[in-house]
Amino acid sequence: MMSSFNAIVPMACVTAAGLAAMVAEAFRDPGERMPIAGLGIVGLVGAAIASWLLWDRNAVSFGVVSADNFGLFVTLILVVVGMLSLAISGPTIERERLPRGEYYALMLFGLAGMMLMATATDLLLIFLALEVLSLAVYVLTGIRRDSARSTEAALKYFLLGALASAFFLYGIAFTYGITGSTRLDRIGGLMAAQSISPTPMQLLALGLVLVGFAFKVSAVPFHMWTPDAYEGAPPAVTAFMSTGVKAAAFAAFTRVFLSAFEPLRGSWSDVVWVVAAATMILGTVVGVAQTNVKRMLAYSSIAHGGYLLVALVSASDVAKQSVLFYLLTYAITNIGAFGVIAVLDNADQPNDQIRDYAGLWYQHPALATLMTIFLLSLGGFPPLAGFVAKWYVFTAAISAGYTRLAIIGVLTSVVSVFFYLRIIVMMYMTSNEAQARFPPVPRAAGMALIVSAILLFYLGILPTRVIDWAARSVSTIL
Amino acid sequence: MHFPILTSIVALPLVGALVLLFVPGDEEESAPVARKVALTVSLLVFAETLLLWSRFNPASGDFQFVERYAWIPAFGIDYFVGVDGISLLLLVLTGFLTPLALLSSWGSVHKKTRAFSIFVLLLESAMMGVFVSLDLFLFYVFWDAMLVPMYFLIGIWGYERRIYAAVKFILYTMTASVLMLLAILGMAALYASGHGGQYSFDLLKLYAINVDSHLQFWFFLAFAVAFAVKVPLFPFHTWLPDAHVEAPTAGSVILAGVMLKMGTYGLVRFAFPLFPLAAAFFAPYIATLAVIGIIYGALVAMVQPDMKKLVAYSSVSHLGFVVLGICAMNTQGVQGAVYQMLNHGVSTGGLFLIVGMLSDRRHTRVIAEFGGLKKVMPRLVAAFLIVTLSSIGLPGLNGFVGEFLILLGAFRWDPRMAAFAATGVILSAAYMLWMFQRVNYGPVDNEKNAGLADLGAREWAVIVPIIAIAVAMGVVPNLFLRPIEPSVDRMLNQVSRGAPSRVTAQAAPAAEPTTGARR
Repeated sequence: MMSSFNAIVPMACVTAAGLAAMVAEAFRDPGERMPIAGLGIVGLVGAAIASWLLWDRNAVSFGVVSADNFGLFVTLILVVVGMLSLAISGPTIERERLPRGEYYALMLFGLAGMMLMATATDLLLIFLALEVLSLAVYVLTGIRRDSARSTEAALKYFLLGALASAFFLYGIAFTYGITGSTRLDRIGGLMAAQSISPTPMQLLALGLVLVGFAFKVSAVPFHMWTPDAYEGAPPAVTAFMSTGVKAAAFAAFTRVFLSAFEPLRGSWSDVVWVVAAATMILGTVVGVAQTNVKRMLAYSSIAHGGYLLVALVSASDVAKQSVLFYLLTYAITNIGAFGVIAVLDNADQPNDQIRDYAGLWYQHPALATLMTIFLLSLGGFPPLAGFVAKWYVFTAAISAGYTRLAIIGVLTSVVSVFFYLRIIVMMYMTSNEAQARFPPVPRAAGMALIVSAILLFYLGILPTRVIDWAARSVSTIL
Repeated sequence: MHFPILTSIVALPLVGALVLLFVPGDEEESAPVARKVALTVSLLVFAETLLLWSRFNPASGDFQFVERYAWIPAFGIDYFVGVDGISLLLLVLTGFLTPLALLSSWGSVHKKTRAFSIFVLLLESAMMGVFVSLDLFLFYVFWDAMLVPMYFLIGIWGYERRIYAAVKFILYTMTASVLMLLAILGMAALYASGHGGQYSFDLLKLYAINVDSHLQFWFFLAFAVAFAVKVPLFPFHTWLPDAHVEAPTAGSVILAGVMLKMGTYGLVRFAFPLFPLAAAFFAPYIATLAVIGIIYGALVAMVQPDMKKLVAYSSVSHLGFVVLGICAMNTQGVQGAVYQMLNHGVSTGGLFLIVGMLSDRRHTRVIAEFGGLKKVMPRLVAAFLIVTLSSIGLPGLNGFVGEFLILLGAFRWDPRMAAFAATGVILSAAYMLWMFQRVNYGPVDNEKNAGLADLGAREWAVIVPIIAIAVAMGVVPNLFLRPIEPSVDRMLNQVSRGAPSRVTAQAAPAAEPTTGARR
């Protein structure tokens, strides 16, 4: 039965590309240049085509991988993440003399794990996918072996990540203990059937799984690893993990909590409410105090996780749609912003302090304009995609009656505008004495950034089509 | 299917900005091209607004030139634009002031001219969009998008404390706006709850729903604070002096001339008619703040050493009149308020242009640095005098008509308010004439002032239209009042129709048939 493999075709394409990248690296003569990134692009295009063909089919493989529209939408987000990340990796690899084949292969394996996580409908498989993607990302974080900071970041990320995985696994074990299954649909049914008021065991299982997810989406108070890991990793890797991991983790988070644990929503929604509020507040308030652009964007990405949690709390169909739209927008925007950082990263100087951006507009008007577009979109200014994404989330929150959460959300987004503006102030309104510190922009990275910016305008001005897709995605979720 | 004139008014500046993106060359080469392109585009837009006015049917209070296309159908969001008498002349005002602002910048903006022109055009597009939007989502998009170009105009081309002023401007206005966004979402959700889950951001449909009185208060507060910050109403005005003083001349002209009116326009268009019950409750408080603003703004203006700051505080005072007129909620008051919005745009715009000319010559705006300019630059001072008198409200010039109508309306509503507000008229004469006297009369005791050049050809082109309009608006006010009146009456009907009976939380059945007609 070939058809039972249908649902895994997208991730198989990406895995094959990853394997090809490793093989290519093995046969590469030292110093020979090979278009290994091109292999990755081919694999991702394959994944995109496969997802396209699977759309509306609800293919299921082995009973545990479900290529429903929700999973496919996230797969497509991950394809976008993958393409943009591959395109902006060039300068980082050149400058740091990173092992090309391993780097791309790890990225592709990570993507395959993410895609699996987005489509898995079994807790154990979700755990497996989580480990696949996490291992790839741990190694990528520490891929600059001679950099103490990079290694420290990787170690920190790995230790805390392993701890969170343990929590997650423990939660799965308890869930299995209660329900006798790890399949999401069965868990949901059994949880609902067992009792009206949840038992302590159920709450324990729920709590442990929640901690595992909270760590992966860097929700407060499990966010501590984020600034260090984002700062220590090479910027292109940060772009990749800040978007890809978040997209995959939120997809699984939404799927698990709005299906298997949906019957217990009364128990977890208040907790997630508090976590969402704390995440938004901490992410923005601490972000204000940062002087390093990467750390600032790390806190900003924590805050954006908070907005996504608002949607999760709201739990309606509109909320699920808004998760998808938000993840797509956030992925494009954040990769764009980190892409600019990656391009400015210089062998002598990382150029990652806010003051390094002084006068960028006068030296590199195009790059400064692109960065401005990304920052304004992160800040939620119309007519950029970030505005529609936030509007979507807050519509869900208001319609579900979470007015106070929405108020916290919009006010923290104003605070976040303050720190995005700090970079803009530096780029445009401060003059810079030193000249020509910035390297030239490689073509692939430049193209990726321009495409990202165009996509942000497209999603901000004509979001209708993507909103329709999102609406059709959530109707199929379990 | 007629020509989509409103869309073209909004889109043309945008197209101009896009064209400017591709003007090649360094500052030296691109600056003259950019200036001419931007000026041409803004003049074309002005011509379009005049065309709009000439085609406008002044006898009707309804929205005209309506265009409507589904935009995000899943949420009932339409691209829905139209004008009535209230927004018509504000569009013309925007079209009128933008070319003047651009022209005035030729003498003062000498770096990154191309980017400057792009930002001014983007700003114009967003401002036009705010005035024509009849869909709350669309309105908010323009409302928020407007902040960005203004932020850059202040932050890049402003004076010494420009960064502080720019950041304060954007954060202050944004904080207030985001709460309005939530109120808008709340309205849409309320509509959806009464219409089977179908959202709508259509202003006309939202006018028709009955909002529970408790909710009205919160929604009204969210809207009113957003607009009050923009106006700015005392005590939300603190961003204004900073933004005005630090902004380049073109920025100040647009800020004072058009952007402040967005606040009062928002009150007339959205806050009052959408939430009549809450509006009736809050009107006396808002009017009190407005009267405090009138007097406070005037007193603070009196002691300013800096001309720009003086004009900025005079705006606080003058906009207080506008808000007072709106709160009176009678024909004279609201008509006067709309008229006064136009007046303030013309006369304060004119004042900022004149101050800009002085500042271009001396690179200072401190009153004490000047003196005896009448002997040096008689023509500029003559223009200065006319603009000053128009700002004070001398009969025969524009300011008089608006203030008179507002005071009349306010008197009919609450004589005490009118009495206090009237002192503002006297105070404004005091601070404006005193400033005028110190700058222009007396001996030329600072030799830096001795050799200043009088009005140049470009400056003539900037100031003559202002004076012509000021005179026209003073002498033939009916020309301008005629299109305003039916729309004001319609708006007042909307408010009074809702006010007494709006206590039930049910969706009005009247909105039902229009839902069915949706595309």
